[in-house]
Amino acid sequence: MILAIAVLSGFGLAFLAPFLTRRLGNTAGLILALLPAALTIYFASLLPDAAGNEPATFSFPWAVEMGILFSFRADGLGLLFALLISGVGALIFIYAGGYLKGNSNLGRFYAWLSVFMGAMIGVALADNILVLFVFWELTSISSYMLIGFEHERESARFSALQAFLVTGLGGLAMLAGLLLLGISGGSYELSVLLQKGDALRADALYIPAVALILLGAFTKSAQFPFHFWLPNAMEAPTPVSAYLHSATMVKAGVYLLARLGPALNGTDLWFYTVGGVGAATMLVGGYLALTQTDLKRLLAYSTVSALGMLTMLIGLGSKHALEAAVVLLLAHGLYKGALFLVAGALDHETGTRDVTQLGGLFSKMKLTAIAGGIASLSMAGLPPLFGFISKELTYETALEYGSWLTGVVVLAGLFFVFVAGAVGVAPFWGKPKQTPKSAHEAPFSMWFAPMTLAGLSLLIGIFPVPVSGFLVSPAVSAAIGEATTVKLKLWHGVNTAFILSMSTLLIGAGLFAVRDSIRRGLSKLTWRWGPSFFYERSLDGLNTLARGQTRFLQNGYLRFYLFTVVFAGTGLAGFTLFARDGFHWPEKVLDIRFYEAMLAVLILCGAFFATISRSRLGAVASLGVAGYGVSLIYLLFGAPDLAMTQFLIESLTVILFVLAFYHLPQFTQLSSRRTRLRDIFIALLAGGVMTTLVLSAVGIQLHDSISPYFAQNALPLAHGRNIVNVILVDFRGIDTLGEITVLSIAAVGVYALLKLNPHTGKDKEGEGE
Amino acid sequence: MEIVLAFVIGGLFAASVYMLLRRSLVKLLIGLALLSHSANLLIFTSVKLTRGSPPVIGMNATALREPFADPLPQALILTAIVISFGVMAFALALAFRAYRSVGTDDLDRMKSTDD
Amino acid sequence: MTSLILRTTARYLMPLLLIFSVFLFLRGHNQPGGGFAAGLVAAAPFALYSIAFGAVKARHVLQVRPRYLIVTGLLASVVSGAIGMSVGKPFLTGIWGYLYLPGSGKLEIGTPILFDLGVYLVVIGVSLSIIFALEEAE
Repeated sequence: MILAIAVLSGFGLAFLAPFLTRRLGNTAGLILALLPAALTIYFASLLPDAAGNEPATFSFPWAVEMGILFSFRADGLGLLFALLISGVGALIFIYAGGYLKGNSNLGRFYAWLSVFMGAMIGVALADNILVLFVFWELTSISSYMLIGFEHERESARFSALQAFLVTGLGGLAMLAGLLLLGISGGSYELSVLLQKGDALRADALYIPAVALILLGAFTKSAQFPFHFWLPNAMEAPTPVSAYLHSATMVKAGVYLLARLGPALNGTDLWFYTVGGVGAATMLVGGYLALTQTDLKRLLAYSTVSALGMLTMLIGLGSKHALEAAVVLLLAHGLYKGALFLVAGALDHETGTRDVTQLGGLFSKMKLTAIAGGIASLSMAGLPPLFGFISKELTYETALEYGSWLTGVVVLAGLFFVFVAGAVGVAPFWGKPKQTPKSAHEAPFSMWFAPMTLAGLSLLIGIFPVPVSGFLVSPAVSAAIGEATTVKLKLWHGVNTAFILSMSTLLIGAGLFAVRDSIRRGLSKLTWRWGPSFFYERSLDGLNTLARGQTRFLQNGYLRFYLFTVVFAGTGLAGFTLFARDGFHWPEKVLDIRFYEAMLAVLILCGAFFATISRSRLGAVASLGVAGYGVSLIYLLFGAPDLAMTQFLIESLTVILFVLAFYHLPQFTQLSSRRTRLRDIFIALLAGGVMTTLVLSAVGIQLHDSISPYFAQNALPLAHGRNIVNVILVDFRGIDTLGEITVLSIAAVGVYALLKLNPHTGKDKEGEGE
Repeated sequence: MEIVLAFVIGGLFAASVYMLLRRSLVKLLIGLALLSHSANLLIFTSVKLTRGSPPVIGMNATALREPFADPLPQALILTAIVISFGVMAFALALAFRAYRSVGTDDLDRMKSTDD
Repeated sequence: MTSLILRTTARYLMPLLLIFSVFLFLRGHNQPGGGFAAGLVAAAPFALYSIAFGAVKARHVLQVRPRYLIVTGLLASVVSGAIGMSVGKPFLTGIWGYLYLPGSGKLEIGTPILFDLGVYLVVIGVSLSIIFALEEAE
């Protein structure tokens, strides 16, 4: 129960956030951060249970008939993720208070951030894959709102939509995949599915299910060729970039792959697709990072690269690979989050994010510089930092798979070193440069968060044992599907991995030294046919299609709409009548009397002359003839109430028309002869079908009539002898109440149309008080 | 008699469809009025027709004597008649207002929301 | 519109039609008639009057604003429904009682009659407010 409350508490916070922010202003972040901080402690307290293979669970019947339970399960992998989310979340809440100081929409920002946090924790801890999907989509929605937070800028709106469309389409594919998985596994509970790995892999639905799920995971985690949305998402305020687009949300795809690994991995399909796409993403992201000069885009591309590395490791699927993946997940969250926050502080204090304009800031921003320095050294993989341990593990794994893979990973390592230097080192050292704002130290809220994250990188690097026992071991156990213990240590001795690691650092540092020439050289190569080109083309195509069909179907010609409705309606009805042989000549009908026939002719003549009359009065008079004729029909066939009402209404309608004609133009012949002939044809067709339908329907009764009930009970229950009136005012009184309400609204509408002048808003009524 | 009414309904419907397809707003309104007649008669014909004998219990009787006209469609039509009057009044006011604002009752020239 | 015949008719028809309308309304529960028809009959003479003499004079003869009739009518109908609720029955349940008149015996009276009165007033109000508005439109 507490587990469910913990997961959903973020949504509750979202409701509170705007009010708190209004009252407390910029300090609200400190208060709001209490919840994620408390969640961090709570999730940490669940770790021993998870390590003991008895994770906390919660289950509530939701749609039991469909096998959907609202269930959560806090195992090692989920808790690792939840801790990352709540822990970094607490820091982000504090940081955002300083970064968005004075922003009038801060309350809304906190609200969406809370929604995101809740949703993300839901993804991490959901046990039912459909519940997982719901939270997954909620993270996409909150990401959309947060990327587009500064919605006055077109680029922010564009990027928000792009991220949403790419991840949303992927999410849709994933839903289909998850459903297939549920069908082949016979359950939507992860805890059940993960036990059925062999059966699932043998199932005919395995290939489509995996393909669809991978699509969802790859789009969410910005894998090649869907990586393009992530750099554009840097339009978001920096705390969002640090939180969603580096530390947590973009890892949801990776998380899902790790989560489903025990059920799905081990096949060639999984190995080559996941591993291959991961490796490609790792290289593409790293390569693209080389040419960037914007701090945040630089970090974004290196995040793409890191996500690629994670995906690749999960694709490899061995115990060592998953160990490396889990450690990298944690290490990357810590150092990349810190670097983003440092980048945000730099932007905030100097007014620019261009790396070529930043330099020598150490003396002015010492604390920020220290945080950035530690984080970047961790990213580069220097001992004794956590990043070093992560890199060692990755290299050791790669060495198991041969020299080819080792080469690829080392290449990615070079990119890491390069980016780490460009973001965490270059701005603070070297020659001081002129910046748009004169720089000074960031406020407490803005150095505290990166310093904490960087400090953790250092702390875990030096003392890896507690973390490996409590956090990494349960997570790796969950990812490989059997209990295992992982022992992390800083010093492995001088082995191949260590030598590779050191040479990576040296070559990377060399590359970093000549970064300006690399940038100049590479920026000459431009990419025209990138994936974003196809994204834009297909979006344009969709818009063109939508515009085209709107122009065609909703062209503004009222009669075209009516034509469509009438033609389709009568056409379909007529076709069905014909195809199903539905026409019957009515039997047992009332005889025809001469005066009744004459009355029918009179009505038809009235209708006919109303259509052909060239004068408005003639048309209205003919309409009146038809109407009075109809009221006579009512009178003849036992409906005096109707006859009376129809007669009166007809008179009033004629009066209305005549009054309105004062103000309306004369009839003119507007349509061409051809159009009129076409319309006559359609009208006759519609009339013919209608007549045929009525003839076929006469005498058919599908249900017992309820009229006898009214007839019998009118006098005893309703004390009335006129049954029509009794139905109106008693049996079906609520209908009549609705009707007189509609009439009143119509009168108000007429009054508004005729009496209120839209330009002055004045009431021009002529009546006296 | 139902057969005759079927043709009356069809005829009214045809006339109303033709008028609805005109470009003039006023003609469209006349089409609307014809359409409601046609629809009301359609409801009226949906039960067995009875000549004379309205569904009214005699002054000294305690129940209706067969045959009597079915009261249910009558109640429905009564509602429909009054509502269609409201609709018609509103539509006329709308036409009037549109003509005042746009200066035409040609629907083809009202298709743009701009200017 | 200055036709003498119309003016004369409009003036002398009014009391007749109004009496007829009340008659229609009162017998409506047992004989053809009722709130709808009676309301329309009551609206007709005022409509005629406004065509003959103009809406300002017709409003003067009517004395109350049509929109007040609409509001009163809606209120009456809702109240008639609420009476049923006040004795624990569903909304709009008919409640009947007897009024003992000296000499002529008892008269049945019930909430549906109040409901019908509401309909009657709404119909008068709606028809007249529309007709007057059209009449006065510039």
